[in-house]
Amino acid sequence: MRDVLDLTPQDWTAIGLSVKVATIATLAALPLALLAAYALARWRFPGHGALNAVTHLPLVLPPVVTGFVLLLLFGRRGPLGAFFADYLGIVFAFRWTGAALAAAVMSFPLMIRPIRLSFESVDRRLPMAARSLGANPFWAFLVVELPLALPGVMVGVILGFAKALGEFGATITFVSNIPGETRTIPAAIYSLIQTSDGDAAAMRLAIISAAIAVIALTVSEMLQRRARYGT
Amino acid sequence: MIALDVTYARGAFSLVCAFESAARVLAAHGASGAGKSTLANLIAGLARPDSGKIILGGETIVDVSRGVFVPPEQRRVGFVFQDALLFPHLKVRANILFGRFFTPKAERRVAFEPVVETLGVSHLLDRWPATLSGGERQRVGLARALLASPRLLVMDEPMASLDRPRRHEIMTLIERMRDEFAIPIFLVSHASEEIERLADEALVFDQGRIIAQGAPSEALPGASRLIEGGRFAIVSGLAAKVAKIDERYGVTRLAHPAGEIIVAARLAEGPVRVSIRATDVALAKTRSTDTSVRTTLRGRLVKIDATDSPLAFATMELVGGERLIAAATRLAMDELGLKIGDEIFALVKSVALDEREI
Repeated sequence: MRDVLDLTPQDWTAIGLSVKVATIATLAALPLALLAAYALARWRFPGHGALNAVTHLPLVLPPVVTGFVLLLLFGRRGPLGAFFADYLGIVFAFRWTGAALAAAVMSFPLMIRPIRLSFESVDRRLPMAARSLGANPFWAFLVVELPLALPGVMVGVILGFAKALGEFGATITFVSNIPGETRTIPAAIYSLIQTSDGDAAAMRLAIISAAIAVIALTVSEMLQRRARYGT
Repeated sequence: MIALDVTYARGAFSLVCAFESAARVLAAHGASGAGKSTLANLIAGLARPDSGKIILGGETIVDVSRGVFVPPEQRRVGFVFQDALLFPHLKVRANILFGRFFTPKAERRVAFEPVVETLGVSHLLDRWPATLSGGERQRVGLARALLASPRLLVMDEPMASLDRPRRHEIMTLIERMRDEFAIPIFLVSHASEEIERLADEALVFDQGRIIAQGAPSEALPGASRLIEGGRFAIVSGLAAKVAKIDERYGVTRLAHPAGEIIVAARLAEGPVRVSIRATDVALAKTRSTDTSVRTTLRGRLVKIDATDSPLAFATMELVGGERLIAAATRLAMDELGLKIGDEIFALVKSVALDEREI
């Protein structure tokens, strides 16, 4: 048991990096996921089906293909990569930011689904009631629809975070496996398995990632339990 | 106050209507699917008409040809839903104050205390909506709409999902809202007794068209005749007073200028309103004592509406001036040989009077 908790500095680096990457990925993806989920749940517009398909694409594409597409688009010479580097000073290629981008893209479908379902389960007339009481559509969303959809949003965030924490295929394809920069827990486990005496170290990290996932799920359960409103 | 001329079509349903009204309480009556709820949504801005205009208190809130559509949050039209539709994640207090929060300070004419007191919700303020009964929920819904200081209250079947005692309680509250807060009300209801009691003007809808407009006592029976099966919906309301409770038989004797009305229940002291369905009234040319009917009301025949159908409707003016409508077959009317102006007696079966509605 002592061995299990006896983490090396490299392990701690991978854990810290994973938590940072997954947190940033989840926070960055959340507003977009809310918007897309709300649009899919409530609005009818041309391209509704296309948007639905695109958001689910990372779920069905081989991760290595998603990573490759990211490399083409967000690599240093990629059209979007060049734009972000030149105008916003954000470089993705072979940086932890790239790992966060890959994790965000891969976890997006998992985030959207429960959020969309919970928006769909909110009575459409409730925002109408709010508007008849003087709230504009934005306020009606903020104080009626969003709070009522919050349990689903929480589930989406936790699922997205867990997925981001475990993302491997697209990340390693897009930003490689650089210690301290893009070597997250899964990449570190992969590297350890490649060495002849790395099994014990790999097991330590595997247990750590399982523990983080369990904590995340517990927190989401607790958050959901608070939203019962007298029922 | 409100002037409207709109069309609206979705699928097989179409609504085409135009009217003007300055009533304190304007009611829309009709079967479900007749278009009255759609009209409520159009007025509140929860739906958009395909063409036409809506003018509320002199302000054009919808004019399709000029592209005017004032969004619901700027109309200041309070909406009361059939199922109250409270915000489930807010306690009663926050629900009630919701509209007030979004109302500009200068427009907050309705104060919290009187509303909470009038509607009897002060003991509910810290409860969750999910823990309220149907009647309590609807009272909170009324308070919520009222506290947004609306210039018009639209109520879409506010009593339809309540049981009779609760319905009466809410009717009383709506009367008090009408009288104490002086906000005009547009009431959608399929129940003619609600409209008889609350409204001073009624619109009757059938299949998306207005088929009658006027005082409820005129418009409702007039229109009900045109609707198949509508004879059961024709109700006359009479004001009476509890005169005596006959303990031996457990009945209440009501005093009315046209005659004594017997109700088969013990009622509380004071003035009451009796609803009598046209199908529960029989007509006689003489006062007869050899029937089981104990309630005989005297009056004059003022109108006979005979349709192409087998039915005829006789309107009586009772002693004291109130009107009572009786439904009979055209055959019976002809064989009795009644003429306008004749003295006539209405026989009302006591057991047909629903004491729960009194």
